[in-house]
Amino acid sequence: MTESATTPAAGLAERIRWYARGLGQLLITMGVVVLLFCGYELWITGLYTRQQQHELGKGLDRTWAQAPPASPRRPTPLPYVVGKGIARIWFPTLGKGAHYVVVEGVGTDDLKKGPGHYPTSARIGAIGNVVISGHRTTYLAPFNRVDELHAGDPIVLETQSFWYTYTVTSESVVQPTAIEVTYPVPGHLGSRPTQRLLTLTTCNPKYSARTRLIVHATLTAPLAKGSGVVPAALDQVLKG
Amino acid sequence: MYVWIWRHLPGPLLARLLQALLLLLAVAGVLLFVVFPWVEPQLPWNQVTVGGG
Repeated sequence: MTESATTPAAGLAERIRWYARGLGQLLITMGVVVLLFCGYELWITGLYTRQQQHELGKGLDRTWAQAPPASPRRPTPLPYVVGKGIARIWFPTLGKGAHYVVVEGVGTDDLKKGPGHYPTSARIGAIGNVVISGHRTTYLAPFNRVDELHAGDPIVLETQSFWYTYTVTSESVVQPTAIEVTYPVPGHLGSRPTQRLLTLTTCNPKYSARTRLIVHATLTAPLAKGSGVVPAALDQVLKG
Repeated sequence: MYVWIWRHLPGPLLARLLQALLLLLAVAGVLLFVVFPWVEPQLPWNQVTVGGG
């Protein structure tokens, strides 16, 4: 008697408990997966980029060693091949380790390897606007601290034959659609450039992509490589 | 779910622990190498260029 009376109620309770436990486990699992994803984004993607930077750096050094060096008289511009390294970018004010191989292209796969040069923007050191984009928080976060650059700070771009020292002129936050910052004369479509500019773009604020952080710089000191000369801005970084 | 899996793992305790660990690693591997790389481009915080370029 008692058995048949309690069984349906006990069965229902058991069922509810079974569902509740399943739901609890599902939620905990989802939480762990989200945490794992955060770890993946912040650190594991950096491991990939570190390895890619190493490879790109080796390739760049090999290319530079093999190709005949360009001279001001006879510039032999090396072709920019999408997905391959084209230069090194140094941020002397952001510490000794703050240098990366710049890759040609701004596709998703290019930017995973390092800061990417817009193929349609000017060649490094040339008249016009050199535009380089880089990750702010993931994939080694090469542009993580570009917000700490101030007007007057140097950014050095190293090519096969030259050190190009650019000096930061301004920093701004713009909408993601603000393509005018990449124009040869920023903000003026169709104007003929006369200055040698560098523009960095990255996402802003950190861990978001609501806006873009833009750093403008202008070439102040091109220096031909050779016999161990380095730009004054890099003196301490390289020797110290 | 986890209880169900644990019950269905064969062998003594040590063997079960080892199998559970392997299952965990397999799931983590699939997440890290397949799921996360696929999910990532759909999320906004890696967009660093302007004008969608």
